[in-house]
Amino acid sequence: MYQIHVQGLTKSYRIAERQPGMVGAVKSLFHRTYRDVDALRGIDFDISRGEMVGYIGPNGAGKSTTIKILAGILVPTGGRCVVNGVVPWQSRISYVAQIGVVFGQRTQLWWDLPVVESFELLREIYKVPNNRFKTSLAELVELLDLSPLLDTPVRQLSLGQRVKCDIASALLHEPQILFLDEPTIGLDAVTKASVRGFIKEINRNRDVTVLLTTHDLGDIEALCRRVIVINDGICLSDSSIDELRNQYVHEKHVVIEFGNSPCLESIHQDDVLKSEGTRITFLCTSDISDFVAQMTSRYEIKDITIETPPIERVVTELYESSK
Amino acid sequence: MKAAISLFMKYLAISVRGQMQYRGSFVLYAFGQFFTTGIEVLGIWALFDRFGNLGVWTLAHVAVFYGSVNMAFAVADTFSRGFDSFGSAMVKTGDFDRILLRPRSTVFQIAGQDFPLHRIGRFLQGALVFVYGIVVLDLDWTAIQFCLLLLAFIGMFFFFYGLMIFQATLSFWSTESLEVMNVFVYGGVEACQYPLSIYRDWFRSFFTYVIPLGCVAYFPIVGVLGVDDPLGSGRIFQMLAPLAGIAFFSLSLFCWNFGVRHYTSTGS
Amino acid sequence: MTALALKSYIAVVSTRFRTLLQYRIAAIAGIVTQVFWGLMKLMVFSAFYEVAQNQPPLSFESIVAYVWLGQCLFALFPYNVDPDMRAMFNSGSVAYDMLRPLSLYAYWFSRTLAFRTAPTVLRLVPGLFFAFVVLRLVGLDEWVMPLPPSFVAAFSFFISILLTVALSASIMMLVSISMFWLIDSRGMVNLMAGVVWVLGGMIIPLPLFPDWVQPFLSWQPFRGLCDIPFRIYSGDIAGFEIVGELVFQLAWVAILVLAGVWLMRRAQVKLTVQGG
Repeated sequence: MYQIHVQGLTKSYRIAERQPGMVGAVKSLFHRTYRDVDALRGIDFDISRGEMVGYIGPNGAGKSTTIKILAGILVPTGGRCVVNGVVPWQSRISYVAQIGVVFGQRTQLWWDLPVVESFELLREIYKVPNNRFKTSLAELVELLDLSPLLDTPVRQLSLGQRVKCDIASALLHEPQILFLDEPTIGLDAVTKASVRGFIKEINRNRDVTVLLTTHDLGDIEALCRRVIVINDGICLSDSSIDELRNQYVHEKHVVIEFGNSPCLESIHQDDVLKSEGTRITFLCTSDISDFVAQMTSRYEIKDITIETPPIERVVTELYESSK
Repeated sequence: MKAAISLFMKYLAISVRGQMQYRGSFVLYAFGQFFTTGIEVLGIWALFDRFGNLGVWTLAHVAVFYGSVNMAFAVADTFSRGFDSFGSAMVKTGDFDRILLRPRSTVFQIAGQDFPLHRIGRFLQGALVFVYGIVVLDLDWTAIQFCLLLLAFIGMFFFFYGLMIFQATLSFWSTESLEVMNVFVYGGVEACQYPLSIYRDWFRSFFTYVIPLGCVAYFPIVGVLGVDDPLGSGRIFQMLAPLAGIAFFSLSLFCWNFGVRHYTSTGS
Repeated sequence: MTALALKSYIAVVSTRFRTLLQYRIAAIAGIVTQVFWGLMKLMVFSAFYEVAQNQPPLSFESIVAYVWLGQCLFALFPYNVDPDMRAMFNSGSVAYDMLRPLSLYAYWFSRTLAFRTAPTVLRLVPGLFFAFVVLRLVGLDEWVMPLPPSFVAAFSFFISILLTVALSASIMMLVSISMFWLIDSRGMVNLMAGVVWVLGGMIIPLPLFPDWVQPFLSWQPFRGLCDIPFRIYSGDIAGFEIVGELVFQLAWVAILVLAGVWLMRRAQVKLTVQGG
């Protein structure tokens, strides 16, 4: 039984076209022309309880649209979507009580209120019983190191502090599912690391299902075993990061440290990328185990490193190939 | 229900505390409201001074109409500020998503956004004028008159609140269409400062049947004043007319829900 | 210097125009509001005129002209502050303006003029069309805007309105300059709006106020905003009296401009001495 089930999800927007100039402005007063834009063109995926899934794609791919549909605040044009056994947009109030959502770019907190009062207000809104609220808050405060921030008005927080508080606020009511829309956007390296660590922890401690959109693939590598790639409203890939690498990148760099200067006649010179004395970097496009076996049988070898290409390149290639 | 009240009080407390941080400007704004919304009185007074009574209506009668509509509007306006600023503060910025993500009714959450207390300025000037009218008229109060007055206030509150919700609903489609509503909101308040019977038929019909402001602000007040209505309304009608305000409010809620559905299906 | 002031005037007018045109529905709504208010006022006045026992100081026809002129021209009156100007004070960029090699007063005055005139033009044309044509077509003849009784009245009205614009800008300048001293100008502007509305004659024409306040009303500068031009239009101010009233307007413009220039100088001294 999947916790999130999405099948054939489509969404198209109707956009009024504006004509330029004064004449156009007057014209569109009486007659408007519309254009349909397909944001989602049939998305399928299933997510089980406790999974942590990355959802990536270039700008305008349909990430936010998907998150909004899953969060119950946008109605799709077609397809099925069942979360926790209910259709998100059909019973908004009971549904949103079970989920937590963080939009990294926008705060959910009250600008002028001290953080702790925002939390108090959320307790009231979500009708969280007092004792459960206390334990939940204590856990979050400790994990995120929030205690020095609690009495600060939200507007005085730095971006990193604000994002931490935002994430905490989305978890106060102990939701089973957490949607994170670009949670690390604009954060410095240290804050990013602590936010990632926290997400990991909360996923483990509370068995929270996490769906995370991001442009920072470091988030994905640090957090998600599974990653869904979409572009132009369709799924390009749904697999683990390693599979993704293997599937889409057929070349690897193999760095071999030879015991003595090797005689390389039997090796294609084209495959040598770099040669620094006894340390040579090869480009391997065929089966990697064959290649390594071949080398070890022929030469005395001190060390072998297989370098995988950075995930950024994999994803770029994937986006490009889908055009 | 208990949870709702508790949350509402919390919203209220937060807003009030925020305003008390800037006590100086609160006093200034309240005074500004008192003054700018009160200057119309000078005009009314001057016209009565120059022309004498308007048929059955004396200055004191008009003072009661004027005072009651201003008081009721000030209260409704204070508690519906979230709807008044809805288009610019919620739809344009996308912050309405935040409201939708919370497990409470949208109307309730929007209502709790802000309570601008400086509007007490309008309330106070209305109350002052109202009291003047009541004192001069020296009415013999009966239970029915009290009842009518209460009904009038309830009717007006819901009517104005409904107007604000209508205005907010429009902004789901266009955030620049709001000024259209000013005719009904401020135009309505202004029109009802005088008894409806002095206006032309078409205007009166509009504010009775289309926008039922007359039903809440004129007919019951006529009953309170104990004047024979030049428009011929009877006691029963005066009692029932304020219900139009509640009906209007319900209609606005219905439209609001339609607007929310539109919003969630277009994601605009 | 005048060239620069003129340039800034034109620049502000054209940007104001474009922003206002962007909000088409708002513009239409504005016109509807203005027409609605006009009709409502006329209904109130006609109710009072029907019961009038003595001859009122203005004929009903004059009232009709007065009301429609007020509805078409009210954007000229100094009841709000240019939001850009306020932003300039709030952000502190007012200091940059002071670095410019020209009279700050002239420069701001031209900006203020532009801020007042641009929206008026947008409202004037449809407003007059309604008051002259539409009302006649729908058969509400008694509320149709009358024409000025003579060419002299029409011409003097035109001159008087130009002075109204100058007067309005010079009043607004005083409010703007007060922002050098006041941290929050909104209270000041509210107060100003109230005073302008009553003493200018927008609530009701000044002659309708009780006779015993007339001596006071006739000397205050706000009269130059509606009372003088509108009554010149309707012919209630006629003949040699017109000259006197135009001089009255001009005199107040001169006084207020001089006061503004003086205050502006003090403000600049304050700013340079105290560093803002």
